[in-house]
Amino acid sequence: MRKKPDLPQGTLDLLILRVVSPGPLHGYAIAQRLQQVSSGVVQAPQGSLYPALHRLENRGLLAADWKRTDSGREAKFYRLTRKGKARLAAERVSWARLVEAVGLILAMGEGGAE
Amino acid sequence: MRWPIRLLRRRAMEEELEKELRFHIEERAAELMTRGCEPEEARRRARLELGGPEQVKEACRDARGTRWVEDLPRDARYGLRTLRQQPGFACVALLTLALGTGAATVMFTLINGVLLKPFAYRDPSRLLRLMERTEWSTPFGNLWGFTYPNYLDCRRESRALDLAVWNIRRGTVSAPGTPAYVDGIEVSQSLFSMLGVKVELGRGFLPEEDRAGAAPVAIVSHDFWERRYGGSAAALGARLVFDGTAYTIAGVMPAGFRMEDDDYDVITPIGQDTSAVMRNREAHGFGVWARLRPGWTMKQAQAELAVVGRRLAREYPESNRGRTFVAEGLRPRVGAAGPALWLLLAAAGLVLSIGCANIASLLLARAVSREREMAMRAALGAGRGRLARQCLAESAVMALAGGALGVGLAAVSVRPFVAWWPGGLPRAQEVALDWRVLLFAAGISLASGMVFGLAPALRAPARGLEKALRAGARTVGGGARKLHGAFVISEIAIAVVLLVSAGTLGRTLLRQASLDPGVRTDNVLTARTALSPAVLAEAGRARAAWRELLERARGVSGVEAVAMIDTVPMREGSNQVYYSTSAAAGPQSERPVVLANCVTPDYLKAAGIVLRRGRFLTDQDRAGAEPVAVIDEVMAEQAFPGRDPIGRQVWTGIGEKPWKVVGVVGHVRQWGLAADDQASVRAQLYYPFAQLPDGLVRRWSELMSIAVRTSGDPLRVVEPLRRAVSGEGGDQVLYEINTFEQLARATLARQRFLAVLIGAFAVVALLLACIGIAGVLAYLTSKRTAEIGLRMALGARSGEMAWMVLRQSLAMILAGAGLGACGALAAGRWMAHAVEGIRGVEPEALAAMTAVLVLAALAASYVPALRASRIDPLRALRQE
Repeated sequence: MRKKPDLPQGTLDLLILRVVSPGPLHGYAIAQRLQQVSSGVVQAPQGSLYPALHRLENRGLLAADWKRTDSGREAKFYRLTRKGKARLAAERVSWARLVEAVGLILAMGEGGAE
Repeated sequence: MRWPIRLLRRRAMEEELEKELRFHIEERAAELMTRGCEPEEARRRARLELGGPEQVKEACRDARGTRWVEDLPRDARYGLRTLRQQPGFACVALLTLALGTGAATVMFTLINGVLLKPFAYRDPSRLLRLMERTEWSTPFGNLWGFTYPNYLDCRRESRALDLAVWNIRRGTVSAPGTPAYVDGIEVSQSLFSMLGVKVELGRGFLPEEDRAGAAPVAIVSHDFWERRYGGSAAALGARLVFDGTAYTIAGVMPAGFRMEDDDYDVITPIGQDTSAVMRNREAHGFGVWARLRPGWTMKQAQAELAVVGRRLAREYPESNRGRTFVAEGLRPRVGAAGPALWLLLAAAGLVLSIGCANIASLLLARAVSREREMAMRAALGAGRGRLARQCLAESAVMALAGGALGVGLAAVSVRPFVAWWPGGLPRAQEVALDWRVLLFAAGISLASGMVFGLAPALRAPARGLEKALRAGARTVGGGARKLHGAFVISEIAIAVVLLVSAGTLGRTLLRQASLDPGVRTDNVLTARTALSPAVLAEAGRARAAWRELLERARGVSGVEAVAMIDTVPMREGSNQVYYSTSAAAGPQSERPVVLANCVTPDYLKAAGIVLRRGRFLTDQDRAGAEPVAVIDEVMAEQAFPGRDPIGRQVWTGIGEKPWKVVGVVGHVRQWGLAADDQASVRAQLYYPFAQLPDGLVRRWSELMSIAVRTSGDPLRVVEPLRRAVSGEGGDQVLYEINTFEQLARATLARQRFLAVLIGAFAVVALLLACIGIAGVLAYLTSKRTAEIGLRMALGARSGEMAWMVLRQSLAMILAGAGLGACGALAAGRWMAHAVEGIRGVEPEALAAMTAVLVLAALAASYVPALRASRIDPLRALRQE
C-alpha cells in the first residue's frame, strides 16, 4: 500500500540533511524544498519523509523545536546538530566518490573488454 | 531525548506527532486551494499524497526505536484477552507449562543448591583443598589425604598459603547424659578463623591450647549443645567426657555449621593428640585446607608446594619418594548425586519441550484460522513486525503465567522431594529457591514462550493480503502442514527417548534386584559397635571385652548366631589391602588388592555365606596358632587360576606371617547389588579377629560391627541387644543399626528413585505426545472436510478416508519413533556414565517402549480418523 521511494535506499536521509543544513525548516517546507531543488526529477516520497525525520532525530543528527511560522502557526522545525553536520560532510564525500566510480564504469567504452 | 524520558512522555509525543502531520496536510491543502482546488478535494489529495496519516504515524512510531516497550502493556493486555476467550485451551496450555517448568525448576533448585552454590565460608573462591599426589596410581587413584608431618612441613614453608588441618575423630561421649557414639573432628587452631566462622557462644581455641599437654578443651556443635545441655549458657566451662578424656567446653559452634557436607558434634584441638599417627609420615587421611594469602595466585601456590614436595622426597625417600603436594579449589564433592541430578534436569527439560511443541501446534492451528483477522489488521495499517510482536506477546504472557505457576509448584514440592531423595541428598540444607532459581525459571519460561510463539508469529501476513481476505481460512498451506508434522515428529521422538530411558532403568533395576547378594538377607541385623573407651587402650582388655560382648549378645532370646565383622557387606568399606601369593612380590603399587574382612568364626552362619571348599574359620584359629584365612571364589580365580587354593599362602600387610588358605566361600556383593559387578576390587578374604596383631586391635575395634542372625524379626531384638551389650560402665553403644534387607534395598535405592521419576516423566511425555498428535490430526482433518466430502461424493469409501488420515499420522509416528530411537541410544550411553549398573540401552526396552508409543499414538489418531470416515459428503460440500 505504501509507495515505494524512487530514491536509492539511504539517499533520502542525505538529502534531508542537506536541505536542512542552511537553517531550521519544518516538515512541509522540507518536502517542498526537496521537490523544488530536484525540479521534479526525483519523486520525494512524502510518506517516508516523516519517519525519516523522526529516525534522524532519534539518532541525534537532527534536533527539533516548536516555533511559530511566518503565518503565525506552530510547527516543528528541524535543524542540523553538530553530529548531523559531521555526518553530512562525510556522506557528501562518499557520495561524490560513489558517483565518480559509477560514472567511470558507465563511461567505459565497449572496448574495455579487450 | 533519551528513551526513558520518551517513554514517560508518550502521550505528549503522540499529540505532537498528530499536530505535525495535521500541519503538513493543512499547509498542503491551503497551497492546493490557492491553485483553485475545492477545499474538500484539496484536503483529500493532501492526505493521499502523504500516504495515509495512520500508516505514516505507525512508521514514525517505529522510527523511535522504543516501540516494543511502549506497546508492551497493550500487547500483554491483548494476550490476556485472547487467552480468556478460550478458557479451555488456556487451561490446558497453562497446566502443561506449569508442570514442565515446575519439574525443571525443582531440578534446577537442587542443582543450584547441591552443585553450584559455593561453601558458606568467607570468600570461598580463595579457599583450597590440598592433597598429596603420587607418581604412581593405585586402584584408588593417585591422590591421597595428607599425613600430619607433611602438613607441618608444608605449613612452615609456604608463603602463599595459610594452612589448616583437620582429622575425623569418632568416639563415645559418656557424660553428661546417656552414652552415645558421636562424630567429632580434631582441628588446628587457625581453621575456623581461616574459614571466617565464629563461635556462637564462648570462644575458639587459643594457640596455646593447640599443643600437647595443654588442658583439654572442646567446642561442641549447636545441635549437641541443645541436646545435651538444653541450650544453656552454663554449658561453657562444663565437663564433657569424650573417649575417656574429660574436656572443658570452651565454645559452641553456630547452628548449621558444616565441614564440607558433614556436621560434627565434638571438636578438639589437633595439637593435643599425641597418638603415633601424628608422627607417622605414612598415615594418610588428614584433611588440609588453605587460604591463598592476599596477592598470591593459585599458580604460585602450586609451584611452592611442588618445591616442598621435592625437598621432602629427598629427605624422606622411604615415605615420600615420588610424592608431591597439589592444591585445588575447595568445591563441594557430591559423588553420584551430580550425574543423577543432571539426568533428571534433562528429563524434565524434555517433558517441557514436548509441552512446548504441543502448545506450538495448537497456537499454529489458531494462527492459521486467524489468517483473515491478521490480514484485516495488516490492511488497516499494522506492520508485519507489529503483528508478529503481538503474537509473541500473547505467547509470552502465557509462558510467564505458566512459569509463575511452575515456580509455585516448585516452591511447595522442593522440600518433600529432597526428603524423598534416597540415602539423603548431599548439601540438602543448601537447597532453596533463590534469585538464581527465579532467573532460571523466568529464562526457561520465556524461552519456551519463544519456542511455541515463534511459528505462529512468523506467519503474520506480509503479502497476498487480498488473497487471504478473499479466500478465508479453508485450506492449510503446505508450510503450515509441514510445521505441524515437525511438531508431532519431535514430540514423538522425545517421548521415545524418555520411554526407552525409563524402560532401560526399570529393566536394569529388575535384573539387579534378582541378583544373589551372596548372603542370606533375611533375619540379619548389623550394628556398628563401640567398646567402652576405657578398655580400648589395651589389646588384651579389648579382646576380653569383645568376647564378653559376643557372649552376652548370644544370650539374648531370639538370637541364633552373633559374629564380629569389620566391614558390613553392601556398605562401602575401607578394608582394601594389597596382597601377593609369594614372599618376593614386586612393589606394592603393582600388587592386586583384596577386601580383607576381619571376622569371628560364626560370621559364616550369621551372614549365611555359602562354603564352597575346605572349612571356614574356627575357634581353634587363635593367636599363636598358624595364621589362616578363607578366600572367596573371585579371589580364588584371581590369585590361583586353575589351581587348588587350599593350603596356599597369601601375604598382606596385616601381621608378619603369611596366611594359609583353608577354605573357599561364595562371593558376597560387598559393593551392593548394583555396583559390585563394576567395582574395581571384588576379591574377598576373611581372617580371624583372634589372630589380629595386638597393635591393630584398637583401630580395628573402632571399626567393628556385629552381625546377628535371629529366629524372628531382627528389629525386635534391637532393644534387648542394646541392654545386653552396654557393658559394666554402661558406655558400650550400638549405632548405625540396619538389617541386611535394608542394606540390600538401599544399594538399589538410587536406581529405583531414578526409574520411578523418569518413568513418571515418560508417562507424562507419552500422554502429551498422544494429545498432541490427536489435536493436530483433528485440526488437519477438519481443514480437509471439504476435500474429503468431495472425494466421498466422487465414490471414495469411508474406510479409505479413515485410512488416508491414519496413513498421514503413521508416517509422522514412524519418523518420530526412528529419530527417537537414535536419541535413546545416545541417552543410553550417557546414562551408562551417570547411573551405576547401566550398560547402555537395553534392546528389550527399546523394542517394547517404541511399540508402546507407536500403538498409543495410533490409538490417539483413531478418533480423528473415525471422524473423517463419518463425514457426510452433502453437509461437507454445502459448507463450501
